[in-house]
Amino acid sequence: MINKTVSNVEEACKGIKDSMTLMLGGFGLSGIPENAIKELVRLNIQDVTCISNNAGVDDFGLGLLLRKHQIKKMISSYVGENKEFERQMLSGEMEVELIPQGTLAQRCQAAQSGIPAFFTPAGYGTEVAEGKETRDFDGKMYVMERAFKADFAFIKAWKGDEAGNLIFKGTARNFNANMSGAATITVAEVEELVPAGELNPNEIHIPGIFVQRIFQGTAYEKRIEQRTVRPKN
Amino acid sequence: MSLSKEQIAQRIAKEVKDGYYVNLGIGIPTLVANFVRDDIDVEFQSENGILGMGPFPFEGEEDPDLINAGKQTITALPGASFFDSAMSFSMIRGQHVDLTILGSMEVAQNGNIANWKIPGKMVKGMGGAMDLVASAENIIVAMMHTNRAGASKLLKECTLPLTGVECVRKIVTNLAVLKIKDNAFHLLERAPGVSVDEIKKATEGDLVVTGEIPEMKL
Repeated sequence: MINKTVSNVEEACKGIKDSMTLMLGGFGLSGIPENAIKELVRLNIQDVTCISNNAGVDDFGLGLLLRKHQIKKMISSYVGENKEFERQMLSGEMEVELIPQGTLAQRCQAAQSGIPAFFTPAGYGTEVAEGKETRDFDGKMYVMERAFKADFAFIKAWKGDEAGNLIFKGTARNFNANMSGAATITVAEVEELVPAGELNPNEIHIPGIFVQRIFQGTAYEKRIEQRTVRPKN
Repeated sequence: MSLSKEQIAQRIAKEVKDGYYVNLGIGIPTLVANFVRDDIDVEFQSENGILGMGPFPFEGEEDPDLINAGKQTITALPGASFFDSAMSFSMIRGQHVDLTILGSMEVAQNGNIANWKIPGKMVKGMGGAMDLVASAENIIVAMMHTNRAGASKLLKECTLPLTGVECVRKIVTNLAVLKIKDNAFHLLERAPGVSVDEIKKATEGDLVVTGEIPEMKL
């Protein structure tokens, strides 16, 4: 067994520098790497490019980095929940690249898989395709999209083991699975870290080969963005 | 009488057939789930990674690890599955999802759709909408016939940045059910009590009316 454990988030974030490109997992606030985000704020690294489906809310998730003006560029598919984000984007303080959600996922997946580019129908004929190669396959038009290149991927899983194997819960899997192994260093934080051998190999979602560092996170808030319920009876 | 948002959803629910996997967008489309007949088997997909999405949880049973694409807390029905985002869009782009229902700001008579950006005003992003409209064979747009200022949303050409080209085939509004064919809107049904003239007035694009147009049944 190759042991991937590091003792804490400080050790997990070693080597982070200004101007790096970072991937951050999660959809909305579900499955975001809470511990890593707090550490990035504490380290006060500057001018980072963040690849993340969303940008958090004003006082949580990536909103914490936004508030401190640490983000130079955001690559996302949907950023509707964050006033500070909108302000920085409209004022030009921050560069923003909005891309289709499936393209975002596939650009992560391509980086994980060693595929430099792929063709997708998403965005053909729209401003998303401007400046990109397009091609006809069997009578339908497609846009060429490139794999991402990133320095760190910060992902969050439910359970993990010392070997870096990961299991996700519910819809918190989202981009976390696709960003694993898609950057030079993948840092996985988990709610529960167990010794190798305790997870059933049949039930592992992401094998440890895609993870360089794993640690057990602390004090998860797991905030709910839209609490919707129905009455009993 | 023009339809309420709930009634638009109720009319669209009639398009959902037994055995369909369906992706519902945010807004009116989300309401469609409430009106699908309970004697047919349908599974709802949410692009953040669930197939077999159920209703909102009972109070006290909300789970932050179980949300839909609108970030609302939901439940999983028996037979449900979870997956990552890339697999989710494999279902969508690979045309495994049978029906996509989404809202829009504008639709053009050639099937172009614009629903993700108002330059200088609203820049929330396209989310999964571009992937959905570029891939689905069966797309229904659910929207009001006119915007808040009273201007038609069914146009000769979209004025806003496009989400997809020549992809919309069917539209259900508060006034009518229409299909898009040969670069025109074709009127199929009227909302109860709404005249063909009223629909014509509210439609900026070319509207084809053939024969007697029936009232929709809800």
